[in-house]
Amino acid sequence: MATEDTVDQLLQHLVNTLVLGGTYALLGIGLTLIFGIMNVVNFTHGILYTFGAYMMFIVVHQFGLNFFLALPTAVVAGWLLGALIELTLLRPLRGSDIDTTMLVMIGAWIAMQSGALWIWGGVAKSIDNPFPEAPLVIGPVSVSWLRLFVLCAAGVLIVLTYSLINLTKLGKAMRATFQDSDTAALMGVNVSLIYTSTFAIGSALAAAGGALLGPVYVVFPQMGDLAAVKAFAIVILGGLGNITGAVIGGFILALAEELGAGYVSSGYRDAMGFLIIIAVLVFKPTGLFARAERVG
Amino acid sequence: MRRIVPLLCFAAFASVPLWLQDPYLLNALITTGIFIIGAMSMNLLLGFTGQLSLGHIAFFGIGAYVSALTSLGFDAEIFGGYRLVHAPYPPVAGFALAVVIAGLCGYLVGRLSFRVRGAYFVIVTISFAEVVRLIALNWVELTQGPLALTNIPSITIGLPGLGYLTLKTKLQNCYLVLTIAGIAYLLIYGLVHSHYGRAMRALMENETLAVSVGIDVTRALTLTAVISAAIAGAAGSLYAHYIRIIDPEVFAFISTVTMVIMVVSGGKGSLAGPVVGGVIFGLLPVFLRPIMAPEAQWIAYGLVLVAILFVLPRGIVPSLAPKLAFAFRLAKPKPVIASERTAEERP
Repeated sequence: MATEDTVDQLLQHLVNTLVLGGTYALLGIGLTLIFGIMNVVNFTHGILYTFGAYMMFIVVHQFGLNFFLALPTAVVAGWLLGALIELTLLRPLRGSDIDTTMLVMIGAWIAMQSGALWIWGGVAKSIDNPFPEAPLVIGPVSVSWLRLFVLCAAGVLIVLTYSLINLTKLGKAMRATFQDSDTAALMGVNVSLIYTSTFAIGSALAAAGGALLGPVYVVFPQMGDLAAVKAFAIVILGGLGNITGAVIGGFILALAEELGAGYVSSGYRDAMGFLIIIAVLVFKPTGLFARAERVG
Repeated sequence: MRRIVPLLCFAAFASVPLWLQDPYLLNALITTGIFIIGAMSMNLLLGFTGQLSLGHIAFFGIGAYVSALTSLGFDAEIFGGYRLVHAPYPPVAGFALAVVIAGLCGYLVGRLSFRVRGAYFVIVTISFAEVVRLIALNWVELTQGPLALTNIPSITIGLPGLGYLTLKTKLQNCYLVLTIAGIAYLLIYGLVHSHYGRAMRALMENETLAVSVGIDVTRALTLTAVISAAIAGAAGSLYAHYIRIIDPEVFAFISTVTMVIMVVSGGKGSLAGPVVGGVIFGLLPVFLRPIMAPEAQWIAYGLVLVAILFVLPRGIVPSLAPKLAFAFRLAKPKPVIASERTAEERP
């Protein structure tokens, strides 16, 4: 019987991985776009995740609107905040070195996180959801309806982003800017606009991640810090600017965390992301699926 | 001029505890001094090799924990039932060990991560700090986890002919911190003006050229990382024996950010930069405290960091020093060189 239990436990871990990985992939895609196309180490990514979750909370609890209406609101709000950050902070700094923009982003992150703490307080908040309490049980594994919805929504957003990048004219311009921004500009691509759109889209995806995971866990001002580091781990794992890599990286990180928490120690669950970062950068600095030749 | 100004500043700092009696301000001064030592060590890496170590607090925290555990003693299981038991040693031994072990960690991080530079180096160092924090949080048997290590003894020093002196009062700690800060400053000064310092500068200006004339990149960077980490470890040890209680919160990322703000605002790559930035930002909370809520203070911190990068991207000292030097030299009959110098230093 023991072996059957082990198999069941493993299956449950795999299902959890799938749910968690979808949201991680969203975070990773957003960051890899910004990092890859704009060469900006976006430390505000975590706070946009937090922002998305709080938008969800506000719309559901303070405005009393529908849960499914709150989700797109959070995404659009993230998109707007991202565009605002790009226009006010990053556009004037175009051409300065990567350290300067990184420090500016750190400053913005601290200011915004403290702002969140000031406005909403440090007490964790939970968001009500319309799904039934009883989980969906399929054979040995059980998964809550909310988590299932999170996975589906994340999947839809990933597919949408993928199509945006690969099928639309904007996506083509983004890919051109990623390859060579000077040449893209010469070909008539409005690079400034591409940068703003990229940052806004990346931010919207981060906000979507927060809005989806907010109801699953709880919402508090520092929730984005770990999310941001995980997003960095995913980007490094998947290779710079590589969207498919980010999706795979998201699921690998989720798997490592689930197995680490299940079989090693739950205290070290969050260490997995960091260990992955260190291991990948030490042994294969270009990421697992990268096309890029050189790093740094 | 180059030697007189730091000496005057040192003397001015040394005189402060004599006329300042308020214990709250003295406390702020001591913790600021400790953080300035940390900021100076970070400046060595950021300002002179261009590598931003955003996990710098890890070396500080490792120094604090090593020093505290050495002087408290511990009994913890390492691997497979083997137990490591350690009897309490004097705090000075803890300080020495903190410097050595933090330096070793600097060596490890340096060796492993200088294969990647720029943004990746930043992320590796953050990850390192977070892993260390999680270990401090979860290895409860050794570190007491969130329950914190308490009753850490104050540093005791042996004076020849006078017996032993335990540094318990704020005044004594103030001078201890000032002494260590002075030693750290001299060490960094010596390193920067040595053969290695020139190699580091060459690397930062043009790595390809530096390599082509025979500079060993990894060696120069690793040496810098070791010294930088060791100084940060010393600062951590001072912190542990002064505050006398440490928990995994010493690894908080925000402390690294505080150091970054000190370095960047004062001026990276200038020896006086972290001191100037440190004094301003270390004492700012003291003055903001009566007028602002803590959250609002942090908002102000973030905004000030952004503003400094926009207005004075090179920092206060490098932006203002040429002007001061110009004013200073106008009084003497050497205006031509001075104006040339300011013209050259304008971006």
